[in-house]
Order: sequence, then structure tokens, then C-alpha cells
Amino acid sequence: MYPFNYHKPSSVDEAVSLFLDAEDPAYLSGGMTLIPTMKQRLAMPTDLVDLSGVQAMRGIERQDQKLVLGAFTRHAEVARSEVVAQAIPALAHLAGLIGDNQVRYRGTIGGSVANSDPAADYPAAVVALGAEVVTNKRTISSADYFQDLFETALEPGEMIVRIELPIPRRAAYRKFPNPASRYAVVGVMVAQFDNGVQVGVTGAGPCAFRASTLEAALAADLRPEALAGVDIPDAGFNADLHASAEYRAHLVGVMARRAVADLLAS
Amino acid sequence: MEITVTVNGRSHRLDVSPNTLLVDILREQLRLTGTHVGCDTSQCGACTVHLNGDAVKSCTVLAGQADGASVVTIEGIGAVDDLHPMQAAFREHHALQCGFCTPGMIMAAIDLVEKSDHLDDAAVREGLEGNICRCTGYHNIVNAVLSVAEAKA
Ligand SMILES: Cc1cc2nc3c(=O)[nH]c(=O)nc-3n(C[C@H](O)[C@H](O)[C@H](O)COP(=O)(O)OP(=O)(O)OC[C@H]3O[C@@H](n4cnc5c(N)ncnc54)[C@H](O)[C@@H]3O)c2cc1C
Ligand code: FES
Ligand code: FES
Repeated sequence: MYPFNYHKPSSVDEAVSLFLDAEDPAYLSGGMTLIPTMKQRLAMPTDLVDLSGVQAMRGIERQDQKLVLGAFTRHAEVARSEVVAQAIPALAHLAGLIGDNQVRYRGTIGGSVANSDPAADYPAAVVALGAEVVTNKRTISSADYFQDLFETALEPGEMIVRIELPIPRRAAYRKFPNPASRYAVVGVMVAQFDNGVQVGVTGAGPCAFRASTLEAALAADLRPEALAGVDIPDAGFNADLHASAEYRAHLVGVMARRAVADLLAS
Repeated sequence: MEITVTVNGRSHRLDVSPNTLLVDILREQLRLTGTHVGCDTSQCGACTVHLNGDAVKSCTVLAGQADGASVVTIEGIGAVDDLHPMQAAFREHHALQCGFCTPGMIMAAIDLVEKSDHLDDAAVREGLEGNICRCTGYHNIVNAVLSVAEAKA
């Protein structure tokens, strides 16, 4: 790999100031996306600011009706956490479906949400649960956070510190994985709160989004059958060698129905 | 920069550049060539080692991330005349042909068996999702891993 500088701060402030002092820096979390990207020279930061030593970005905690995950929480920790299993079992299930064991031991929720890969799993949960992305500067609501392909509301140098997820009454996640990469061709989380049903979709569009037509249908009748015939507009959906836009729209319906069935059985 | 890393129980102080990968430290600086590089893109699992007790792809860990860590490689789990039970099971079940994927497969399988309460055929296939074998078709690998899991139960 090409040469770069490496820094390992121990606090959020130190990390941000190292970032701001460097020429063309990047934060390094689990490295499961960033390191392969650098090997291919799709990204060529001059400096890496490794977040693994920042204690304030670690930990899984339940606070009343919220689950708070430090940005550096690894996928395997979420998949195995008793606290997560009690609070939002669908989130533990989702984390356990990411990539493979080796990837889950390294990759983190902060890295995944910062990267906003259109086929990543966590973004479906972030939007479905109406989570808040807490950075070193501010709190960003999930409705404003995901903006476009690999594009988020994060400003240059802004760092995700933790993610706060409201705890639903029940939730379920279903994904149609790409058989080779395990990324979501389409993934759908359905979450039932006291005041309504929220549906988050990943894989289908340039970034994760709430599916309002599905939410309206499920608000009236929370059964898989209620989704039969509901229109899922495929305008702007991703189309690539894995799936056409039309096929992705179809998969959104199928994954949503299966998620609703799982939710009712939970 | 200087890092300290414990490999197979021995502590090493090493002078590395920031773009050095853990797999390069193992293969090139420490001459532990049992850990293989298949893809160098985090896909194949041939480079799997244990980092602080977890199976990771060492082609996707930087030197700085391994600073202070404890690493176990295929050389650290058994010896030719004293095979680790997973190595013995791979031999017994003919779970390899060319052997290129085998070190990574064995390190991933040891982690999987250690951390799972119950493993069946499907769970082993799922658990070894991160390891690719071009030769065996996986069948005998799964049998070998299941035999170790059953012996543990
Ligand atoms: C083989 C393989 C299979 C995979 N399969 C899946 C899958 O099925 N589903 C899925 O969702 N993902 C999958 N991934 C991606 C994986 O989940 C990554 O771990 C994740 O996308 C990035 O997290 P990371 O912690 O590794 O971040 P890194 O790679 O370290 O960073 C990713 C990006 O986010 C930035 N960043 C990191 N942390 C922060 C922060 N706190 N604040 C601001 N910016 C930050 C970095 O600068 C970088 O641009 C897979 C990866 C691999 C290698
Ligand atoms: S060489 Fe590391 S995953 Fe293939
Ligand atoms: S035995 Fe040849 S790649 Fe697995």
C-alpha cells in the first residue's frame, strides 16, 4: 500500500484536532471498508486517525427507551450483546447477518453508518428506528442523515461518536443477501412503536430510506397480507449486474412481508 | 514507527511503517509463512489469524492496529507430531486438497467451535462464510469441523 501517516488518539477532541491538522485525513474505525478501498487507491488519505483507542466511542448501554451504541462498537459485539438482545433483538439479528465472522469481529456501526454504502445493513435500522446520529458537534436525526450514494449529512472532519436508537415494541429485519458478498441486495426493517409502524429499506435506492407507502398500509393492518398490491415506486432505484431496479422494488415487498411475519411471530 | 506484538506467545518489538499489514509482519518480518495471502481484498480468509482471541483477516489489519495485541497463527496451535484437534480432524476427514486455504480455514474453524454452543451443518457453513476454498467443495471441511464440535459437546 502507498505510504501514509498513522495516529492513535485517546479522546474525541484529540481525534478531531489530529484530523483538522492533517492534509487529507480519514478516520479509521474497523478498517473493513477503508483498508480495501485504500489498497485499490479509491481513497488515498495522507493520514489515518485510528479511533480504536477512544474509550468514549465504545460501549452498549440501555437508557430508558433508547439503546445507545458507541460508534466503535463492533458488529460481533452487537450480535452477541445481552443488552441488545433484550432491547432490540432485531438489531442483534441484523448485526449477525453482516458479512462474515471475520468482518464482524472488526467492522463497527460507526464505520458502517459513516460510509453509507447503499447495500449496508445498519442504515435500514437507523432509519426504521428513527435513530439519532450523535457527532462531536451535534445530533443528526436519521431523517436528515442519509442523503445520497455514499453521501451523508456529516461535514468534513465531523465524527460520529455514538448512535442512539429508540426501542420499538417489536421489530424484525429481513435481507436478501448477495450470495457472494453478503451485502444486502435489499434489506427491510419493520418496527412497531406505540404510535405507528416504521419501515426502513436498504439496498434498493442510493441510500437507506423510509418506505411511506408500506408504512401507510401497515398502519391500517399490520399483517403481511396488507402489503399485497402496495405500489413500491422504483424510480431512482439501483440497477446493476446483481439486480434491476424493478427486481429490487419487487424484493422490497417480499422482504417487507417476511419481516412483518417475523415481527408478528416475535 | 515501533510496535510491540505478541505472536504465538513471544513478544516482539518491531520497527514498521504505518502501511505495513499484519500479514506482512507475520510472513515477512517473522517468517511465519503458514498464514497465506489469497486475495489481499478481505474476501478469501486465507490470511485468517487470531487477534486478541478473535479470528480476523490479517490482510486487513494495519501494524498500528495490532500494536499491543496478542496474535496466534497456524504455527502457534500445534506441532507436526502434536497436531491441534482441528488439524487432526482436517487430516482425518481429508478436508484439504491443495492446502492453500487450510491455515485460514483452521484458524476460522477453531474460533467458530470455541464460540458456538451448538453447531450443525448449516451453522458451520454459515460460520465459515468468510473462507473460500477452490478445491474441496467444502463437504469434508464441514465434516471435520463438526467432528471437533461434537467431541467438545
Ligand atoms: C467481505 C466483506 C463483507 C461485508 N459484508 C457486509 C454486509 O453484508 N453488510 C454490511 O452492512 N457491511 C458489510 N461489509 C462492510 C462492513 O460492515 C464494514 O465494517 C463497514 O461498512 C465499515 O465499518 P468499519 O468500522 O470497518 O469502518 P472503516 O472501514 O474503518 O471506515 C469506513 C468509512 O467511514 C469513515 N468513518 C469510520 N468511523 C467514523 C466515525 N466514527 N465518524 C466519521 N467517519 C467515520 C472512514 O473514514 C471511512 O471513510 C463487508 C465488508 C467486507 C470486507
Ligand atoms: S488474503 Fe486476506 S482475505 Fe484473502
Ligand atoms: S484445499 Fe485448495 S483452496 Fe482449499
